[in-house]
Amino acid sequence: MENIIDYLKAERSQEWRAEVRKRMKAKERTSLQRINMPEEDPDVRNKNSVEVNKGLAPEMAIAEAHRCLDCADPTCITGCPVGINIPKFIKQIEVEDFAGAAVTLKETNALPAVCGRVCPQEKQCELNCFYTQKLDKPPIAIGYLERFAADWERNSGKMSVPKTEKHNKIKVGVVGSGPAGLAAAGDLAKYGYDVTVFEALHEVGGVLKYGIPEFRLPNELVDVEIETMRKMGIKFRTDFIVGKTATFDDLKKEGFQAFFVGSGAGLPRFMNIPGENLNGIFSSNEYLTRINLMHAASDEYDTPVISGKNVAVIGGGNTAMDSVRTAKRLGADKAMIIYRRSEAEMPARIEEIKHAKEEGIIFMNLHNPLEYYSDENGRVKQVKLQKMELGEPDASGRRRPIPIEGSEFIIDVDTVVVSVGVSPNPLIPKALKNLKVTDWGTIVVDPDTMQSSVPEIFAGGDIVRGGATVILAMGDGRKAAAGMHKYIQEKIQAN
Amino acid sequence: MFKARIFFYFWQLKILIKNYFRQKKMSKILEKEFFSKNVVKLVLEAPEIARTRKPGHFVIVRIDEKGERIPLTISAADEKKGTITLVIQRVGVTSAKLCNMNVGDVIMDVVGPLGTATHIEKVGTVLCAGGGVGVAPMLPIVEGLKKAGNRVITILAARSKDLIILEDQMREFSDEVIVMTDDGSYGKKGLVTAGMEEVINREKVDLCFVIGPAIMMKFGALTTKKYNIPTMASLNTIMVDGTGMCGACRVHIGGKTRFVCVDGPEFDAHQVDFDEMMTRLGAYKEQEYEAYQKYLQTVEA
Ligand SMILES: Cc1cc2nc3c(=O)[nH]c(=O)nc-3n(C[C@H](O)[C@H](O)[C@H](O)COP(=O)(O)OP(=O)(O)OC[C@H]3O[C@@H](n4cnc5c(N)ncnc54)[C@H](O)[C@@H]3O)c2cc1C
Ligand SMILES: Cc1cc2nc3c(=O)[nH]c(=O)nc-3n(C[C@H](O)[C@H](O)[C@H](O)COP(=O)(O)OP(=O)(O)OC[C@H]3O[C@@H](n4cnc5c(N)ncnc54)[C@H](O)[C@@H]3O)c2cc1C
Ligand code: SF4
Ligand code: FES
Repeated sequence: MENIIDYLKAERSQEWRAEVRKRMKAKERTSLQRINMPEEDPDVRNKNSVEVNKGLAPEMAIAEAHRCLDCADPTCITGCPVGINIPKFIKQIEVEDFAGAAVTLKETNALPAVCGRVCPQEKQCELNCFYTQKLDKPPIAIGYLERFAADWERNSGKMSVPKTEKHNKIKVGVVGSGPAGLAAAGDLAKYGYDVTVFEALHEVGGVLKYGIPEFRLPNELVDVEIETMRKMGIKFRTDFIVGKTATFDDLKKEGFQAFFVGSGAGLPRFMNIPGENLNGIFSSNEYLTRINLMHAASDEYDTPVISGKNVAVIGGGNTAMDSVRTAKRLGADKAMIIYRRSEAEMPARIEEIKHAKEEGIIFMNLHNPLEYYSDENGRVKQVKLQKMELGEPDASGRRRPIPIEGSEFIIDVDTVVVSVGVSPNPLIPKALKNLKVTDWGTIVVDPDTMQSSVPEIFAGGDIVRGGATVILAMGDGRKAAAGMHKYIQEKIQAN
Repeated sequence: MFKARIFFYFWQLKILIKNYFRQKKMSKILEKEFFSKNVVKLVLEAPEIARTRKPGHFVIVRIDEKGERIPLTISAADEKKGTITLVIQRVGVTSAKLCNMNVGDVIMDVVGPLGTATHIEKVGTVLCAGGGVGVAPMLPIVEGLKKAGNRVITILAARSKDLIILEDQMREFSDEVIVMTDDGSYGKKGLVTAGMEEVINREKVDLCFVIGPAIMMKFGALTTKKYNIPTMASLNTIMVDGTGMCGACRVHIGGKTRFVCVDGPEFDAHQVDFDEMMTRLGAYKEQEYEAYQKYLQTVEA
């Protein structure tokens, strides 16, 4: 920690930074207004899959960057799980060194264009910004600026391919190509390893591809990052399930020395209430996979999807918001969120809730489904709901929802998406009997090195945390890469 | 027609080149055989799967960029040659496309082996009843049971003679093969359940497997239930990923929702909610019908 603080101090005292700070008085900076993100018109965008946020124009980004005070004690950084040097990249934007800003971001964040779009900034960097904490003003739009710099670099056509150490010919495997796996693979390649990423699905990207919809995170953007990784020499094997297509032992025989497991939280939960297996009721994973991965909404693709006019989505997280907004885009007249707590407790990003409201999503908060009823063909036609009220805070710190007796009523629905959480993917724990897992099914690791109870296996992301965020998954991946590097080098020296 | 063929080859070549650079392993079709007008055997290149698969496993196949993912049982494999054998019945767009592919064509994605392998041990006498295309997944099970030292009696059932498949292969590993057709055009006339009861009344049966259309498995299970014979069914629910990620394949087993792709596909047949399964199989009936009609037009054009 010490040396990080020293490093930040040294960076901050560089001449150019001091000079930029002097360009404008602090008073003047704090009197500037926070920039608004240009957005697609809600009534247009709720019928197509165009990205909602259009991104900042250079002059907007520069103006926003002027607000940043380049604080002596940059509290925002403490809110960022990977410790991006936030004031540095923002000041680089202020002086129009956009390429430099992108480089700064990439020092600690492998996928800034993704994080700028999907991080819950209001709970991380922007929450800890001086403006939020001390001035009671809207924070610097750190997420928007991060996205701006990353997009600028990509659109400039001069994406830098990160330098890799001399190839050391040591084979390492990465299981899963979500953000955790991609971040680990990137760092392992930088250390010089011969990296192969194994992915069970036919596409690389994990939740970034099959989960988060196009209108929030265009696939093309993920593909560009993956292309860069290919250029770094990383190999991708899709349609390959570690533990099934080949076991860890098979792979070890092929020369793999160590593995990073980032297999995610793939197992959808249901509520186990009557009627939940009726047709027209999906897990959010199925609904989103059909549409995002299999392109079911497009006539040219073979996969079908049912999406009706009266769609109820159960839950209040990002996954629920993505599902309900997708349903609206597929032509639902009524697309509803049914959530058992109130808006204040919703785990979704604030921006997604705001966008959903603008797009005409109906919020039925403090309601919980009890039972589904079917039509004569086995398709869901109604749901029985119960009203809820909030009681004392529970273990998660959120107020516990309590059913109100006698408040049940029935509404019409023809499609239901159940989005009440996911459990850790059981494939790897099932395939490796001596791997230590928690009662929840998450893999137990050393928090410093991310090493599991099986020495050559490291793990991170949702398979360890049980459902977290993109940035935390990536942070884990990088930490594990460092842990693996140390492990392999020590093993070599011991021999 | 000729033009379409040329275009098809060109298009496949394009995909091949693209995927070569993507380091994607694609599966080439090495052999093709028609078992009947609507049932085709394909032998594919899939060395890793050939090595690790066991009886009861299946693969998920996606023909091309725009294709859907469909599950198909691995009915045989040759580890040395690195091949797997699939038997496909033409029922809709994707199965029809597969049936129309030829030796040398490539399938974009083949992933597996998926599912939980069949639990095979020596129990005594095992009755294996396969209906329609359910005979294909039955083949490796029959082979495994025989090799484990069981007495295996196999019933092959279909609507008529030309739909009976894999008879010779089954004979190789069965102590007895009984053929049943609905119309009596071959073997005995009658439903599969009649054949099952005949055997059960004749000798002691320790275990039963029923694999075929849902309705056949339902009645097969009801039959053995009467005699309290432990029975396994292999469920063919709709699937998407096949790795336990989506829940499309879910069905009630013994009152609890289970995922067929990871917990199955084989389950205690007496616990399966076959009615729910049949309803769920019909979820996309309209879309499937429309898509198939559209596909037929493109093929005929
Ligand atoms: C709809 C949705 C919206 C979300 N929105 C946000 C958001 O706005 N902001 C945010 O920060 N987070 C969001 N999240 C959460 C975030 O996406 C996850 O926390 C993150 O993706 C976890 O990354 P991961 O790499 O651990 O796993 P995943 O992204 O789940 O990737 C795991 C990959 O491993 C593969 N795999 C599993 N087992 C094997 C095996 N045995 N062999 C080979 N491959 C295997 C899987 O197929 C999958 O591709 C969202 C999640 C969802 C579902
Ligand atoms: C574990 C398992 C093993 C199977 N093994 C074989 C096999 O060895 N040979 C064989 O011919 N068939 C097998 N099937 C069934 C096969 O997957 C379906 O026939 C195929 O998906 C139909 O696709 P389609 O586009 O041709 O027809 P569609 O027009 O899509 O549908 C026609 C029928 O197939 C069912 N179906 C549709 N999509 C799926 C899907 N994704 N998964 C399962 N069923 C679906 C529908 O309920 C409908 O009754 C198996 C299914 C499962 C679950
Ligand atoms: S990565 Fe996330 S937390 Fe860190 S600065 Fe960017 S938006 Fe903030
Ligand atoms: S097919 Fe998706 S969970 Fe079984």
